[in-house]
Amino acid sequence: MAQGLAESHYSNPTIRWIDSRLPIFTMMHKEYGEYPAPKNFNYFWNFGALAMVVLLVMIVTGIFLAMHYTAHVDHAFNSVEAIMRDVNYGWLMRYIHMNGASMFFIVIYIHVFRGLYYGSYKQPRELLWMLGVVILLLMIMTAFLGYVLPWGQMSFWAATVITNLFSAIPLVGESIVTWLWGGFSVDNPTLNRFFALHYLLPFVIVGVVFLHVAALHITGSNNPLGIEPKSKRDTLPFHPYYTIKDMFGLGVFLIFWAMFVFFAPNYLGHPDNYIPADPLVTPPHIVPEWYFLPFYAILRAVPDKLFGVILLFGAIVVLFFLPWLDTSKVRSTRFRPVYKWFFWLFVVDCVVLGYCGAMPAEGIWLVLSQLGTIYYFGFFLVIMPLVGKFERPRPLPASISEPVLPQSGGGPLPAGATAKPMEKA
Amino acid sequence: MADTTHPEGGHGEQKSRRDFLYLTTAAVGAVGVAAFIWPFIDYMNPAADVLALASIQVDLSAVEAGQAITVMWRGKPVFVRHRTPGEIEAARAVDVDTLKDPQPDSARVQEGHDQWLVVVGICTHLGCVPLGQKPADPRGDYGGWFCPCHGSHYDTSGRARLGPAPTNLPVPEYSFMSDTRITIG
Ligand code: HEM
Ligand code: FES
Repeated sequence: MAQGLAESHYSNPTIRWIDSRLPIFTMMHKEYGEYPAPKNFNYFWNFGALAMVVLLVMIVTGIFLAMHYTAHVDHAFNSVEAIMRDVNYGWLMRYIHMNGASMFFIVIYIHVFRGLYYGSYKQPRELLWMLGVVILLLMIMTAFLGYVLPWGQMSFWAATVITNLFSAIPLVGESIVTWLWGGFSVDNPTLNRFFALHYLLPFVIVGVVFLHVAALHITGSNNPLGIEPKSKRDTLPFHPYYTIKDMFGLGVFLIFWAMFVFFAPNYLGHPDNYIPADPLVTPPHIVPEWYFLPFYAILRAVPDKLFGVILLFGAIVVLFFLPWLDTSKVRSTRFRPVYKWFFWLFVVDCVVLGYCGAMPAEGIWLVLSQLGTIYYFGFFLVIMPLVGKFERPRPLPASISEPVLPQSGGGPLPAGATAKPMEKA
Repeated sequence: MADTTHPEGGHGEQKSRRDFLYLTTAAVGAVGVAAFIWPFIDYMNPAADVLALASIQVDLSAVEAGQAITVMWRGKPVFVRHRTPGEIEAARAVDVDTLKDPQPDSARVQEGHDQWLVVVGICTHLGCVPLGQKPADPRGDYGGWFCPCHGSHYDTSGRARLGPAPTNLPVPEYSFMSDTRITIG
């Protein structure tokens, strides 16, 4: 090997020439070919890959939409309608993009709850988890900014209500809102900058996803048992074992997405957004997109403006502290007989909050939102630290292979148990 | 600081001179960056054409008692309501100290024009336009306006009475040109 060149195992001269100067082939092979993944992944481990595909599709369809979209208050609504009616396959681009946002949140929420259930945020994966929360925040911003672009009634009033959240900040709140708007109300400067940022943020997400995966490949993946792989027997090379599993999952997921795109494209949306924005009339029921409903319920649960806004942001910020709030040494909820119940109650709580968010904030819905909000924060701030201290976890298997291959456990092997485990598996 | 960069250390005088150079370079750099950030922040503030939005004149002669009109000012709706004697009475009968944002009705209208209430029609919670301008609209528990977004109620003086709205509907700067004509802004 010539001096100053990286070592390459490729025999194809062109690939080798490139690889020894810029070892991307070696890197891809290491990170997506050989990467030793625990062999006991279940289908919940598909969702990271699915999220990556959705992000790519959003960027591609978004760029194409942008070619026919006009970010001006007088033209935005009509340009989206023109995309729908006049532009070739415009309806397809828009429906993929519109429903893609929902798909993105479905996938990410499952991905996050997977991490929550299997304790993937615990040492040593704290930073990996926190980068994930950053991605979630960026996604929330991106989806909100995008929703404003078609400039329908819901777009306009979502923009108004959400930007006004900042007016709750004491002293500087009003100036911040004026600054966000670039005027004294949501208007043309607002739409323009929202478009610029909606275009930018997905690429920032790509950057953070890169860091997220880089961190993952240092600590290695968690798995349903929540114990670290002990030997080569506990892992499989990513390719072909998990590339094929991810492809299968992707196929199923794309069918699901296509069902919405082709058969119920507006099912997840709100009809009021097909009415052009009118700054003088607020629609009687403004509701955010479904993926924001639990947070919206938390906002409305509190009769105080500033406190409501603090809780709204707190609901996501608290996720950053999870690695330190959960005091249990055991990762997987499978082995946590007490925590398990609180976990599932938390899942139910999020669904209930989501439902309340779609209902008017009065009567029973207000009471339920308040109870739901208390449990949401109680779960993270009280239950997690305490249960971890008092719970007696069930015994963990000695290794990932042990429960399925009794002889290959971590301890001293019984005589005759050294037969090749792969053949038995 | 220097200890971490040069753990072997040793040259006492050299070290402090280098530290000083590092610090001054960093400080000048930081000031430069900060100064350069400001144009980017201020770029996003309202531009001159937005700031230059003129004042508007509103003719009130066609608005009967009990009716209201909405006009657009600085991109925002302004509510002008011609209050009935009963509504004025209701607004005055309140014990001001019990309000969230204590303000007597007299401070929210102009002397001698008690029947005219002029307020910015933007809910002080999160900026929706409250209902109550049209005869068929719900006007909330206090006969003024009702915000459908998160359920704030305003009274006949535009004061926040119930729900999450923290303050009263703001009264814009306006003056009467004649008994039936006002200038807002
Ligand atoms: C993180 C990825 C993204 C998410 C979650 C997202 C989300 C959204 C949402 C929710 C809408 C509103 C759809 C509707 O109701 O009509 C939208 C619209 C739009 N997005 Fe994105 N988007 C993403 C990436 C992009 C990218 C990279 C571009 C590139 C320029 C883009 C360009 C547009 C355009 C032009 C519209 C307006 C047309 C329309 O409303 O269909 N998006 N986006
Ligand atoms: S915006 Fe009016 S009650 Fe929230």
